Amino acid sequence: MRIAEGRRPPARILRSRPGGVVPILVILAALLVLLTIRQPDFLAPPSLMSFLGRSAPIILLAAGQYFVIVSGEFDLSVGSLVTAQVVVAARLIDSEPSRTWPVIGLLLAFGAAVGLVNGLVTTRLGVPSFITTLGMFLILVGAVYLWSDGAPKGGLTEEFRRFGRRAFEDVPLVGRVPYALLVLLAVAGLAVLLTRSDFGRNLLAVGGNPRTAELSGVRVWRAKTMAFVVSGLAAAVAAILIGGYSGVSFQAGAGLEFGAITAVVLGGVALGGGRGSVAGAMLGALTLETLFALMNFYGVSGALKSTAQGAIILLAVAVPSVRSSSR
Amino acid sequence: MRSSIAVAAIGALLALAGCATDEPTTAASGSASGTPGSGTGEQSKFFVRAEYDKELALLDATATGPAGKPWEQVLNPAMVETAKFKKPGPHKVCFSNAGLNNPWRQVGFKAMQAEVDTQQSRIREFVHVDAEGKDQKQIADINDLLGKGCDALIVSPNTTATLTPAVEAACQKGLPVIVFDRGVDSACPVTFINPIGGYGFGHVAAEFISQKVKTGGKVLALRILPGVDVLETRWSAAKVAFDKAGVDVVGVEFTDGDPAKTKKIVNDYIQRYGTIDGVWMDAGAVAVAAAEAFLDAGRPVPPINGEDQLDFLRLWRDNKLTAIAPTYPTYQWRTPIIAALRILDGEPVSSPWKLPQPTITQENLEGYVDPDMPPLHYAMCGCADLPGYPQRWK
Amino acid sequence: MSTALPLPAGRTAPGVFVALALTLAAGWLIVTIDGGRLFSQPTIVSLLHVAAGLGLVAVGQTLVIIGGSLDLSVAYVISLSTLVTAQTMAGSDGALLPAVSLTLAVSAAIGFLNGLLVTKARVNAFIATVGVGLLLKGFLDSGYDGPAGETAPALVRSLGYQRVGPVPVSFLLLLAVAGAAWFVLARTRFGHHLIAVGGDPEVARLSGVRNDRVLVTAHVLCALCAGLAGIYLASRLGSGAPRVGTEGLYDLESVAAVVLGGTALAGGRGGVAGTIGGVLLLASIDAIFNQLDVDAFFKQVIRGVIIVAAVAVYARRTLRKAAF
Repeated sequence: MRIAEGRRPPARILRSRPGGVVPILVILAALLVLLTIRQPDFLAPPSLMSFLGRSAPIILLAAGQYFVIVSGEFDLSVGSLVTAQVVVAARLIDSEPSRTWPVIGLLLAFGAAVGLVNGLVTTRLGVPSFITTLGMFLILVGAVYLWSDGAPKGGLTEEFRRFGRRAFEDVPLVGRVPYALLVLLAVAGLAVLLTRSDFGRNLLAVGGNPRTAELSGVRVWRAKTMAFVVSGLAAAVAAILIGGYSGVSFQAGAGLEFGAITAVVLGGVALGGGRGSVAGAMLGALTLETLFALMNFYGVSGALKSTAQGAIILLAVAVPSVRSSSR
Repeated sequence: MRSSIAVAAIGALLALAGCATDEPTTAASGSASGTPGSGTGEQSKFFVRAEYDKELALLDATATGPAGKPWEQVLNPAMVETAKFKKPGPHKVCFSNAGLNNPWRQVGFKAMQAEVDTQQSRIREFVHVDAEGKDQKQIADINDLLGKGCDALIVSPNTTATLTPAVEAACQKGLPVIVFDRGVDSACPVTFINPIGGYGFGHVAAEFISQKVKTGGKVLALRILPGVDVLETRWSAAKVAFDKAGVDVVGVEFTDGDPAKTKKIVNDYIQRYGTIDGVWMDAGAVAVAAAEAFLDAGRPVPPINGEDQLDFLRLWRDNKLTAIAPTYPTYQWRTPIIAALRILDGEPVSSPWKLPQPTITQENLEGYVDPDMPPLHYAMCGCADLPGYPQRWK
Repeated sequence: MSTALPLPAGRTAPGVFVALALTLAAGWLIVTIDGGRLFSQPTIVSLLHVAAGLGLVAVGQTLVIIGGSLDLSVAYVISLSTLVTAQTMAGSDGALLPAVSLTLAVSAAIGFLNGLLVTKARVNAFIATVGVGLLLKGFLDSGYDGPAGETAPALVRSLGYQRVGPVPVSFLLLLAVAGAAWFVLARTRFGHHLIAVGGDPEVARLSGVRNDRVLVTAHVLCALCAGLAGIYLASRLGSGAPRVGTEGLYDLESVAAVVLGGTALAGGRGGVAGTIGGVLLLASIDAIFNQLDVDAFFKQVIRGVIIVAAVAVYARRTLRKAAF
C-alpha cells in the first residue's frame, strides 16, 4: 500500500507544500453556499448550533485520526471502539445516575488502553498499523457482541446523555449552545496546542521521515504510540457524545473509521504521514457532515447518496493532487 | 491474459465427464410462480400483487390452534401428509441459521434453544450452524450438515433466491426440511413457517399513518437498507397504501440502522419542510431515534410506527405518542422445532404454516410494556413460559 | 534491467503452511475429542468452496499489494459481477461466453479506473478504491432491491457444484489462477517490474520501469480476479446478489489473507503461494469452529488475534534478519 508516501524525496514535499487548509475551505464554502441557497435559514444561529453540535463526534474522531495518520500510520479500530464504548457504558451504568462519572472515567481509560495496545503492537512488534487496527476492529466487535450476548443491555442515564443531546438554553445572540459544541471547542483547542508542542512537531518529523527523525533523537516508537493513545482518547470522547446524541446501539460507530480517514484526507493530510494540519482534518470532517446535510436538503435519493459521496471525495482529493504534481 | 487462461481452464474442466457432483438436478430453475414456499414474494424485484392480496387477506383471518400459544396456531391451514418421515426418537435436529447479527435474531434464537430444552426427552442432539449473514457460507453449511446424520433439517435462509439450490439439494437427501422466516423458491421443503409477512407489516403501519395524517400531509419514510427482501416487501406495501391515501411522501431515506444518522436525517427534514406529519419505518431499530429527533427539536412527535422492541414501547407510553407497532414476531423461532417433531412423528402439518402476526396498538400497549427486560428485547417473543425466562433474555 | 530484485515468492510463504498444518492437526484433535469428524467429505468440500471464493479475490489483491497499492473496492466489484453474469445469462446456456466476457470486461474497466486514479490522479490507493467502491455501492443500492438474473444452468452444474473427488472445480480454477499469477510474478518482465515498483518506486523509475503502466495493469488484474470470484459466486448462488461481496467482507478478508500469507503491506515482497496458504488457514479456522459450533463472535475475536499474531511473527523474523 502506498502508505509509504513518505519515501518520496523531501525536495518534492518542499516544492508543492500541500497540506494547507485553503482547498478544504474553498470546498466547505462552496457547499455552504449551495446549502444556504436551498435552505436560507441553515446558517441562522439555532440551526447552525445544532448542526455543529451533532457534527462534533466525527470532528473529534478526525482530530484523533490526524495524529495517527500524520505519523505515518492508520487507525481502523476507532469505529468499533466507539461501538464498544457505547455498549459498555449502557451496561455498566444500567440507568443508575450515580455511576455516570465513574463510567465516563472508565471509558477514557479504556480508550487510552486500546490506543496503547494498538501503538505498542504496531511499533514494538512491527505489525503494520493497517493489520493491527483491523485485528483490533475484529476483536472489539466480536468481544462486545459476545459480552452483551448479541443485544445491548442496560441503559444510559440522562446525566450521561446530556453531553451529546442537551444544550445551554437562552444564551444571548445564539440561542442555545449544545454541550457537544463546547466539548468540541475544548478538545479542538487542546489538539491544536498538542500539534504545536514538541510531541506534535516530532510526530510530523516521524511521519515525514522516520529514519531522519530517529537520527535526530526522536523516539519514533514512543511518538507513534502516543499518537494511537490520542486517537483512542478522541474515540472515547466521541463515544460519549454519540451515546448521548442517539442512545445505545450496535450501529453507534459503524463506518466511522472510514469517515474519519476520509475527512482527514479531504483536509489535506497525506496518508503516509508528514504533512497536514489538525485544523485541516477537522475542517475535512465538517465538510463531510455539510455534504450529508446538503444531500438531505436537496433530497438526493437515499440510495444515490453514496455515489455522490464517492464522486465528491475522489474529485476533492484528485484535483488538488493533480494540480500540485503538474506545477 | 489471465482471463484467457481462466476461461481455458473452465473449458478444460467442463470436459471432465463422470465426476461427482453435489448439484441437485432441478436446481436453478428459479421461476417462483405460485410455489407455496415463496412466502412473502421477497425474491421479486417487483411488487407481487397476488402475494400482497394474500397477505392482506390473512390479516383478517382467524387462527386455529391452542389459545394463548400463537406459535402453535395456523392461519388458513392446509395440511400435508408426513407419514413417510416417521421415525423413532430421540432425534438429532440440525439448524442452518442465516445469522445472529441483530437483536431480533438473538431473541428468536434464544426462544428456539429454550424450546429445544423443553423437548429434551425427544431431541437427542441439536446442531446449530451460523452462516454469519453470508449466502455462500450458508450454502456450504447446509452441505456440511448433510454429512452429519441429521434426522431433520431446519433452515432460516439468508436470501431466498440464492439459497434455493442448496435447500433443494438437502431435500433430495430424503430428510425432512423445514424452512422459516424467509422462504425458498421451491416446493420441496415439508413446510415453510412464517408470520403473515412484510406486506402485512408495511400495510398496517402505512394505513395507520395515512389515517392520522390528512390528505396532502407530509410523511417521511425511513428504511434500513435497500436490497433486503423482507424489508423491500414492507416498503412496497406501504407505497401502495400511501399512494391510495394521497399523502405526500416527502422523502424515502436509508438509515443503515444507525440511530445517529437517523436523527440527523429527521432533523434536516424537519428544518426543510417546517413540519413532518407522519413517520413510517420499515423496522423498529431506529424508531426511538426518530421520535427523539422531534422531542429534541421541541416539537410533538407525529404519528409514527415502530416495532415490538421495548425501548420504543416505553417511549410510546411515557410520551403518549400516537403510534402503532406492527410486528414480525420472534415467537416464530419456536415453531420449527415443534414442526420438526410433529413431522418425525408422522403427524400432518400445515404447509405453508402461517402464524398470526399481531399488531400492538394504543389499546393493548400496556400488556406488552415490560419494565424489567432489556431495551432491545422484543415483546412478541412468546418466551414467558420457556425455561430460563427471563434470565436467558437479559 | 531487472537486476538485484528480491525473491519473487516471499520467503515467509512456508511459515503460513506450517501454521496451516498445525491448525489442522490441532483442529482435528479437538474435533475428534468433541466427537465430530473434521476430514469428512462434506466438510472438506465446504472448506474448499469457502477457500475458492476468497482465494480468487486474494490472488488479485496480492498483485496490487506487491505493487505497493491496495484495492478496497473488490467487494463491490464482486457483487456487480454476480449481477452482470446472472443478468446477461438470464438462465440460458447460450449466453455463457458473452456473459463471462462482459463480466470480465466490466471488472477490468473498474480496475483500469482504480489504476488511473492511483497513478495519474495521484490519489492514495486507500481513498481511491474506497471512493470507487462508494460509486459502485450507489449504483447497486439504487438499481437493485434483491437478487436478480439467473445463472446459466451449465455454469451452475460445472463451476458451482461439480467436483473431482472432494475437490470442487472452483478450487481447481483458483489453483489455475494462482498458478498463472505465480508465473506472471516469477517469470515475466511485468512481474519483476511490479515487485520493483512496490519495493521502491523511485529506484524502479530510475531503472527504466514505467511505474504507472505497471500499477494500472496490476489493478486491472486485481479487478479481473474479483470479477472471476463474482462469476464463481453467481454459479454457486444461481443468481446475481447485490450484497454478496460486502456481506462476505471480501475487501478486508482478502487483505488479511494476503498479509497472513507473508506479503508485505508496504509492497515489494511476497507471493501468491503464501496467499493461498493464508486463504486455506482462514477457511480451516472457519471449518474447525463450525464443527465445534463455536459462537460466531468468539470466532471473530480469535480471527483478529490470529491475524495480528501471525503478522507479528513475520515482522519479528524480518527484524531479526535485518539485525544481522
